[in-house]
Parts: sequence; C-alpha cells; structure tokens
Amino acid sequence: MTGIHEADRAENTFDELDTVDVASKTPDEHQPYAELGLRDDEYAKIRDILGRRPTGSELAMYSIMWSEHCSYKSSKVHLKKFSEKNPRTDRMLAGIGENAGVVQITDDLAVTFKVESHNHPSYVEPHQGAATGVGGIVRDILAMGARPVAVMDALRFGDAEHPDTKRVLPGVVSGISFYGNCLGLPNIGGEVVFDPSYQGNPLVNALSVGVLPVTRLQNKNASGVGNVVVLLGQKTGKDGIGGVSVLASATFEDGDTDNRPSVQVGDPFIEKLLIESCLEMYDAELVVGIQDLGGAGLTCALSETAAAAGMGMYVDLDRVPLREASMEAHEVLASESQERMLLIVAPEKLDDVLAVAAKWGVLATAIGQVTAPTSEGGGRLIINWHGQTVVDCPPGSLADDGPIYNRPMKEPNDRALIAADRAETLPRPSTDDELRATVLRMAGSPNLADKTWITEQYDNMVGGNTALSMPDDAGVLRLDNSGTVGSGPIGIALSTDGNGRFTRLDPYTGAQLALAEAYRNVAVTGATPIAASDCLNFGSPEDPHVMWQFAQAVEGLAEGCAQLNIPITGGNVSFYNQTGMTAIHPTPVVAVLGVLDDVRRRVPMGFTNDGDVIVLLGETYAELSGSEWAWSQHAHLGGIPPAVDLAGEQALAAVMKRAAEVEHVSAAHDLSDGGLAQALVESVLRNRVGARIKLPDHADPFVWLFAESTARALVCIPRGHEKAFGALCEEHDVPWTPLGIVDSSAGGIEVVDHFAISTAELAEASEGTLPGLFG
Amino acid sequence: MTARIGVVTFPGSLDDRDAQRAIRLAGAQPIALWHGDTALRGVDAVILPGGFSYGDYLRGGAIARFAPVMETLVDAAKGGLPVLGICNGFQILCESHLLPGALTRNAHLHFRRRSQRLRVENTTSAFTGHFDAGQEIVIPVKNGEGRFVADERTLDALEAEGRVVVRYVDGNPSGAMRDIAGISNAAGNVVGMMPHPEHAVEALTGPSVDGLGLFTSVIAHLGQTAVGAGSS
Amino acid sequence: MARVLVDVMLKPEILDPQGEAVANALPRLGVNGITSVRIGKRIELEFEGEPDLDQARAVADALLANPVIETFTVYVDDTAEAAETGEESPA
Repeated sequence: MTGIHEADRAENTFDELDTVDVASKTPDEHQPYAELGLRDDEYAKIRDILGRRPTGSELAMYSIMWSEHCSYKSSKVHLKKFSEKNPRTDRMLAGIGENAGVVQITDDLAVTFKVESHNHPSYVEPHQGAATGVGGIVRDILAMGARPVAVMDALRFGDAEHPDTKRVLPGVVSGISFYGNCLGLPNIGGEVVFDPSYQGNPLVNALSVGVLPVTRLQNKNASGVGNVVVLLGQKTGKDGIGGVSVLASATFEDGDTDNRPSVQVGDPFIEKLLIESCLEMYDAELVVGIQDLGGAGLTCALSETAAAAGMGMYVDLDRVPLREASMEAHEVLASESQERMLLIVAPEKLDDVLAVAAKWGVLATAIGQVTAPTSEGGGRLIINWHGQTVVDCPPGSLADDGPIYNRPMKEPNDRALIAADRAETLPRPSTDDELRATVLRMAGSPNLADKTWITEQYDNMVGGNTALSMPDDAGVLRLDNSGTVGSGPIGIALSTDGNGRFTRLDPYTGAQLALAEAYRNVAVTGATPIAASDCLNFGSPEDPHVMWQFAQAVEGLAEGCAQLNIPITGGNVSFYNQTGMTAIHPTPVVAVLGVLDDVRRRVPMGFTNDGDVIVLLGETYAELSGSEWAWSQHAHLGGIPPAVDLAGEQALAAVMKRAAEVEHVSAAHDLSDGGLAQALVESVLRNRVGARIKLPDHADPFVWLFAESTARALVCIPRGHEKAFGALCEEHDVPWTPLGIVDSSAGGIEVVDHFAISTAELAEASEGTLPGLFG
Repeated sequence: MTARIGVVTFPGSLDDRDAQRAIRLAGAQPIALWHGDTALRGVDAVILPGGFSYGDYLRGGAIARFAPVMETLVDAAKGGLPVLGICNGFQILCESHLLPGALTRNAHLHFRRRSQRLRVENTTSAFTGHFDAGQEIVIPVKNGEGRFVADERTLDALEAEGRVVVRYVDGNPSGAMRDIAGISNAAGNVVGMMPHPEHAVEALTGPSVDGLGLFTSVIAHLGQTAVGAGSS
Repeated sequence: MARVLVDVMLKPEILDPQGEAVANALPRLGVNGITSVRIGKRIELEFEGEPDLDQARAVADALLANPVIETFTVYVDDTAEAAETGEESPA
C-alpha cells in the first residue's frame, strides 16, 4: 500500500517542482494516479476539468477529496433519502452537509451535536486513534460556533477474551480519557459491545455536543473578496499523510500493522486553547467563516470553504508554519496534523484575531485571501509554493464534484436460511435453578457486565452541569451558558445506540431498532426527542451484499425518523470495516438528542425508595432472535429481530415526559439487551436496593426475563401515584403491568415463586468481568 | 461585606468555572484571576482550581507554578492569605513548596473518577471550620496523578501536627500514602486536596452537597479574621 | 554539539508503578532475567553557544525535576559523531 510520498519517489516525477506551468507543458508525463486510488475515468475527468494534466499537488488533492472518506461517493445516492424524508422543521439551523447539525431549542439557544467514526486509526494505534477521534468531532462542534459541553463514545471490540482485544480496548479507553478529560468535556455516556465480527475492525464512534447562542452560529463560507485566510492552531507536520486515502478507503489484510506512520497524534491542551480562543473570536464577531481541519487537512478546508461561498482563494503555502523543515507542497496539503482551524477574517479584524490567538498562546498565520469568482461562475483555488503556482483548479471540482458511484447491490443469498434459523426454538432454561443461573451468567457476560472499569476513566462531571450520566440510559446536561446558577433549568439528553446483530439479521429493521432504542433511552429520562445523528459503520462498498445492507439501513433509518418526526441533522459514514472477505456486522449507530423543559425533573435509573411500585410498560412477546440470550448462551445469531413499534415508542415517550413533569415516576430504565432480567439486575445494583417481583400468571418466565421486545421500560412509581400513572398510561394506550415493589429487605432480586439472587452475588457476577479481563 | 474569593485560570484550567459556581452558592463573590497577571485584585482568599494546566506537561503543576500570579500568591499565602488548591491546584501548591510532598501517578496507572468517602480530620484550617472533627463526607475524585507521597519524616510530622485535613476512607483511589487526600500548611491557611468539593455543591449534579462546607468555612473564617490580607 | 542531557529518575524509595507494569510485561516477551524496571525522563537542552552545565543543573533543579521525589544527572551530549553521520532516531 503506497502513500503519496512513496509513489512520488517511485515515479521520480518530483525532482523539480511540478508547477502548473510544467504540467501544461508535459501532458504525457506518467502519473501514479492508480496508486493514489483514482480510476482511469476519474483521472481523465480531472484532466478534462483542468484542461491539462494535474500537477503532483493537484493530483494529491483530487485523490484525497475524491476518496471514499471525503467524497462519500458510494453513499451519496443513498444518503439523499435523509434529506428527502427528513421531517420539515424550522428549528434546524444547520443540517446535513455542515460540520455538524444545529437545532434551536429556545429563542436564544441552539444545540449542535454529531457522532463520527475514527475506526481504522484506532485499530492501528488505539490510544492516539481514539484520542484524535474525540479531537476531530469536538472541532466540528466548535466550528459551528458552539462551546463543546460533552462527549460520548460508542465502542465495539472483538471477542472480549481475544488477545488483540486486550491490545485495543485499554488503549482506546485511555485515549478517549486522555483527550476528553484534558479538554474539560464530561463524558456522559456511550456503549461498549464485544462481538467477534469487530475483531479486526473495532469501531470507535465519538459524539460531541455543544451549546451556542443562536446569534453566534458560524458557517464555513469563505465569503468576501479580499478577506484573509488564517490558519490557527498546531504547526503542520507529517501526521496522517495519506491517511485519508490510504487508510479509510482500503481494507486491512490479516496481520497488517504497517500503517503506523499515517496515524495522527493529538494534543488536547492545544485544542483547549483553540476552543477558548475561537469562542472569544466568535463573541467579538471577528470571524466571517470557519472550518476545522480534519480528514484531508488543508486540502479539504481550503476547497470546501471556497466552494461553499462560490468564491476563489489564493494561498501562499510557504506561510504555513511547519513542524518539519523538509516538507513538500503536497505533504503540507495532505497533512492531518491535529488541532487546526481555518478562519476567514475581514482585513480590518485581522489584528484583533492575532491578538486573541496570542493571548491564548495559539499560533495564527495569515496564509492567503479570498478571491473573486470568475466570469464562468465559481472561483479558482490558486496555491503557490516557493514562488510558483502548483495548484490552479476550481474548488468546487474538489469539494462538490467528486465521483458518484451507484454501486451494485445484492441481497445476501443466506438471508432466508438465516431468518428460518430462529432462536425461539433453541433449548431454554426451564427450571428455576436454570433460570437463576442464566440470569447470573448473562449478568457477568462481557456485553452485559458492569462497565465501570471503563467509565471511571472518564471525567463525567467537569463543568458542573451533568445531571445524569452512565450508567443512566441517557446523558443529561443542564444548559448553563452564563456560568450562573438558576439561569434556566433547561436540560438536554443524549443517547447513542446500535445493534449489529439485529442489523445483520435485517438491516432495514436493525437500523430502525437502533433509532428506537436511542429514542427510548432519551424518553425514559423524561426528555422529548427532537433530532438524531447517525454513524453508519459498514464493510466494503465494493461488496454488493454490503451495499445492499447499507441501502436498506439508510432507508429504514430515514423512514423511522420520518415516522418519529425527528430529523437527521448530520452524521458520518465509515466504509471498509472489513478484514479480507469478512465484513463487520452492518452497524448503524444512532444518537438521539432530547430536550427537558426542567432538567430538575429528569428521571434517573435504579431502585431507590422502599415501597415504590415497579411497573413494566409495553408488551412482551416471545422475541429471542438476535438477543443477548441467544448469543451469549448459544453463540446463535439467526431468525428475525424483534418487531419495531414506533407508535409504541412515541406513546411510551409521551407517558414518560408527562410522568416526569408531575413526578409520577421516581426512576425508569429502558429494556434492551438482556431484556427484563438485565433491567432488573442493573436497577438493583445501581443503589444496592432490592426488589420483589411477581411475573403475571400467564407469563412464561423465560420469555418475560430474556425476550428483547421493543417499546418497553421498567418504571418505579411512588406510593400514591399509581392510579394517576395508570390513567396516564391508558390515555396514551401504553400497556402497563405492575410487577412488584422496591424492597431493600429482599436483599437483591426476588422473582416470587421462582428464585432469588442476592445483591452480593449480582455484584460479584457483574462487576468482576471487566477487571478480570483487562486488569 | 461580601467576601471576594479569587479563582486563578491557567491555560488548561478546567474546574475554574465550577469553583466560581461553588463560591457563589456559598455566598461570596468569585473574582476571576488570570495566570499572566501578578495582581490579586484585593481578594480575601484564592482557589487554585482543578484541570490540566499546561497540559500537565513535565509534571502536573510544574509549569503553572512559575506563572506571574504565583509570585504574588506565594508571598500572600506566606502572609496568611487563605489558599485552597484543588487537584491540579494541590499539585501547584506542592510544586511551589507552599505544601510539602508531591503528587505522583496513580498506583494503578489509570485515571480514576469516583465518588469518594472522606474523613475530615482537621477542622481548624481556614477551609474546614464548618465540619465536625471525624465527620465523613462524600466528594468526587477524578485524577490520574493523585498519589500523595512524602518521606516518612514529613508524613509523621503531618500526622503529629494534625495537618492531614481530609483522609480517604472506604478505599484509596490512588494509592496515596497514609490514605492522605488533603493537607494544610502549619498555619492552616493553605490547604491542598485531591478531591473536588466544587463538584459536590448541588443535588442535581453531585453525589452530595458536602463540598459546600469548604467554601462556607472560608467565608466564615474571613468574617472572623482581618479582611484585606490579599491586597495587590 | 552544544547539547546537554538531563536524566530525571524517581528517587529509589518512590513507587514506580509504570516501571513495575513494564517489568511484569517482560515475561510475555519471553524475557525472564530482568528483575527491575524503573522509568524516568530524558530531557535534551540545546544551547546556542557553549553548553553551560551549571545553568543546566540549575534549570534541572528548579523545573525539570521535582527534588521532593526525583533525582537528576546532567551531562554533555558526546554523541556528536552519530548526529553528524545523519543517523536519526525514529521520529
């Protein structure tokens, strides 16, 4: 696998500077476009656009911008569905295509959030890969004009016992901890999933959320002829050169660890200074446009900002502060050095910008200016190096006119067979002893086990506004933009969820189930879901089966959002999560954002008060296919996933919202992986308070304990509120089943007439697993 | 007159805003102090907040200790100004030699965040007058370098002189020697502690409101002593 | 080369959990004869003119090391040859 630099040396085309002039005079010069990932027809198109062969720098820029990671060439045709089906709302101030979606939540305030992947780098260098993943998504939030206020992480690893998981997991967690904690961003939730499907392709999906006054919304338009282009932040070095086109648009061969040089190294301290200086510039209205430098570095930032405004740009690349003296133009353009932002600044404001940067100790350098569009429309991106022009192209051709592929799709042939192989017919625990043993075994299985070993490495409270965080179902933050107490009790709630097993069984349904789970997790805190962001993790788009899964998942997600009336505000696609011929389970991860009118009414998880009535909301069906029971007890994945019931989720959400407002509910927990049994285990362990449960007479104990039917929650109703709560449920057509009472004298979980498990046993099973595996 | 309590912001300070909130909730006026200014703006007490000043480069607090504001602060502290160093602030106080010992990497090598039970053992310091001797409180700890170390002689002296202000009970989150969570200087006006009282001041967001006591204590302490010791 | 090197190590009586973790990892590499590992820092000071060891020592004492828990040694970098032949340590 060659990066740009090696290809240069191999072809010996860069002994002299390859300028526009030289390129126009040497049309037949052989160029290594194939090694850079460009097809014959794409190379021909570039020549056509430019009217000559591209220079080496231009070739590098096109290969980067037209790579899968930057151009979304395989996903664009499908992602259109989000824009087409998104519910219309005038609260969306910025949507798909911007650095992050922005949703207005009060007259004055807006919230921006997004979830993004950094999968491949995290496999290569777990600590730095995960750390820079956090850094990248935080800069996207900052670029919208917001103060980042929290992060979340959705992590998927291979088998918990596998030696490589022991290499990857601790590094990923320490990387997220290192970067997020140092930035001062509380980590308020996420997920950790173990499945062999992710062994060679761990998934690290990072979310950030920020708050901004509506008047401070920023954009990435390089508008205003003569405006200055300023590079802010770290010096530019050789980090991640070719990372974008080399790593993200190619799969790993088994045992391949040679991609080390391409991994970026992060410095959260500089990013903290970047945040403070940018916010100060926003407040002083010093900036016309801003873009963060992420994948594809300067190449992407320059072309996107110019193209977004329909303008041109002139850049003197020699002005870019370099960490290494001997860098070539295309290396400067491709560098993925972290912690950098591109600002567009009116000339009269430049001194102020430089002063703010100096105050915070952040490097700021004017590197160019915005130029007028040509008579044909759009501008030219002209970049000089060592006094000569090495790039002269239309920025729109880089940013917007990338190839669009309509990749072949084919439903996998084994679908019918897999669907027929239902988990409902697998041998089940039938005696009380077997049921009891199964609850304990599952509670200790890696996916369900207590995650404190991981989450206590995260600061979840910096900023002093975290009202709920792991292990609650959603992270809840008080919005406190003025630094004073009591300035407004509004809260936001966030959850990230996905289920690779369900999606493997049926991608359309699986995507909707991920959405439903995130929606439900937000709803059980009493919040109203208002928006969603997606991170779509799939195998190779060159595999028609994967493409079919992708198209189905996007369709399911788009239609689900339309039904639930919450728009997708932005997201991310990660393809090529594949080792050799084996793709990961298709894994759409969905983040849902909700709002609480009064954050003090938020509903936590966990049994608390003796005498509270425990009620199960929703219907339970014999749905075991794709479940944690089937997988952890039988290593089985087959059948069809649980039915989606979006109307049921909405009704449940309405009940929870109202119940929270009038305090009919003291605690609530959504049911998902591991079903009712796991919800009970977690509710007891939270505060070490037990419960006495009696399953309905008609209930099959196995089904009731382990089925993963949707639209369900376990709630605690304070004594005296049962009737009112019941009426509320009837009003919204939400089935409700009283199950028992919170009772610390139970000493744990007692399922009457079946079995009892002490808190100590539950704790030992649940809390020993991760420390035992990872130290 | 409302007490004025300064909170220093270094590049990389993170819990400065939280310290300001705690001061406000306790009934005093927070005053933002900038690391680059020597002026203390006439505050009556100073908080050195938690965070990663200078990215924790070299050692936590090693570089912050040379900030311009510290020149003035060290003199003022020696002159009796109440100073509370929280987490990174504690590290800065040790690096400045206003307090003995040092903070090193947690023995288990991980960043650890948990609600921690502490015993308040010294109630004569400027920041602990509102507690009862032996009172147990719950305050969050969150750090990667919180292990307090000192030589045996120093540790024995701290114990003998009653200068261990707060001690970990029900588990030691870092391996700190003698389970020491916080100490004071001999005069009792300078206190350094690893746990974060500013994160235990509101029921909505904290595991308790036990942290408020550290802030109300210093306000009461100021009410009983001469005001204006921290003039610039 | 006008370079002075400063090695900073934790005092012997200070617990070094990082060093211990590394020592415990060695058997996994098949190495069994190493009884102790302690980890410190190496700092490189590039002087404009002639290297000033006294100044370097003062800097080490004031900033580079924490004398409460660390000791340091200061010495002139005499690996000038290696530098001139262009051998680089990994970036």
